[in-house]
Amino acid sequence: MQTHDAKRVEITIEKVMLRRLTGALESADVTGWSVLPVLGGSGRSGTWNRDDQISRGTGLVQVVCLIRPDKLDALLDAAFEVVDRHIGVVSVTNAQVLRAERF
Amino acid sequence: MLDLAIANLLSPIVLSFVLGVGAALARSDLSVPEAVAKGISIYLLFAIGFKGGASLTKHGIDLTLGLSLLAGVILSFGLPLLGFALLRVLSGISRTDAAAVAGHYGSISIVTFVAGTSVLADAGIASEGYMVAVAAAMEAPAILSALWLISRGSDVAEMSSDLWREILLNGSIVLLLGSFAIGMATGAEGMSRIESFIVSPFQGVLCLFLLDMGLIAGRGLRQADVLDRGAIAFGLIMPLLGAATGLIAALLVGLSVGGTTLLMTLAASASYIAVPAAMRVAVPQANPSIYLTLSLAVTFPFNLVIGLPIYLTVAKSVIGS
Repeated sequence: MQTHDAKRVEITIEKVMLRRLTGALESADVTGWSVLPVLGGSGRSGTWNRDDQISRGTGLVQVVCLIRPDKLDALLDAAFEVVDRHIGVVSVTNAQVLRAERF
Repeated sequence: MLDLAIANLLSPIVLSFVLGVGAALARSDLSVPEAVAKGISIYLLFAIGFKGGASLTKHGIDLTLGLSLLAGVILSFGLPLLGFALLRVLSGISRTDAAAVAGHYGSISIVTFVAGTSVLADAGIASEGYMVAVAAAMEAPAILSALWLISRGSDVAEMSSDLWREILLNGSIVLLLGSFAIGMATGAEGMSRIESFIVSPFQGVLCLFLLDMGLIAGRGLRQADVLDRGAIAFGLIMPLLGAATGLIAALLVGLSVGGTTLLMTLAASASYIAVPAAMRVAVPQANPSIYLTLSLAVTFPFNLVIGLPIYLTVAKSVIGS
């Protein structure tokens, strides 16, 4: 099976910042992503759990994008402007995809 | 006063809250599913808004409505300034954190307000229906005061139009004001149609919501070590100061005993929904553990268990006399 190089970018960010992040991704010409709920975790800001969040808007979500490698810099620049001052993690991994024309 | 305090302590809503706190402190796996909690909060907001709107048509609109709204907005703008000064005296937390906390204490807790209406209903005391609109009006101005306090220091706060749209059109405000408008438009006729849904089950549903609040507050209490003694003292003193300013405002406006109790309750309560979300966007450098723990795990239980009977007793003795 023919596969193609791609980059998988995972951005874990506060839910309240989600709309700003997806707006930034659109402005960087990234048209596809998935949003996943984060149930809980632990990090520099301490341990947290989604059940403990009264406002249901203060938890974290993860945005996952699979993109062509040449789009990576534009995506990271756009995402950085949003996540710079906020809690969150941005990671990039190499991936292989089928049907390269979709990315 | 003592009778009222005991009756409040032994009410189903307070005992449900205590159950939640106890279960969380005992590390029980009891939890209210997120979707259920969200559904319950929608029900409570709709019911309280609708009842307020329907009640307004019964009593009519007068000058007191406008004055009450104005008083609410002024309180919301002003209380963060008082809170900020008090917190800087009592606690060693940073200026930014102090300003963020102060913003929470100018805004309101709608659940405390709902609990206040429940205490009034138990005591057979009526209140002005438009106090729901006053509650909605008090949500946002405090955020502006907090951001102003932060911008006077060395920190930067985001104040974009997007943020203001999110604050002013957050789901709670839209639902509260929307259901208030529906209640006003349909009046007694509308109320008679849905009374069996929004009146009779209200107390039971509120119990479940306060059980969830107790669980969350109890988990918050386990993180109370982020607060110094001064901050905890602030969380107990500030509601009383807020209630006192609410009382003065109510006297100036000319509210009834019920309305005065509710305005005192609103001024005494601290936000844990709208303001935390705004602070996370505008001032991410402020520590959410401090402001959420203070408003949710210190001030909310204080108001629910001790504050409400005090506010009602004071309102009765001052306005009733």
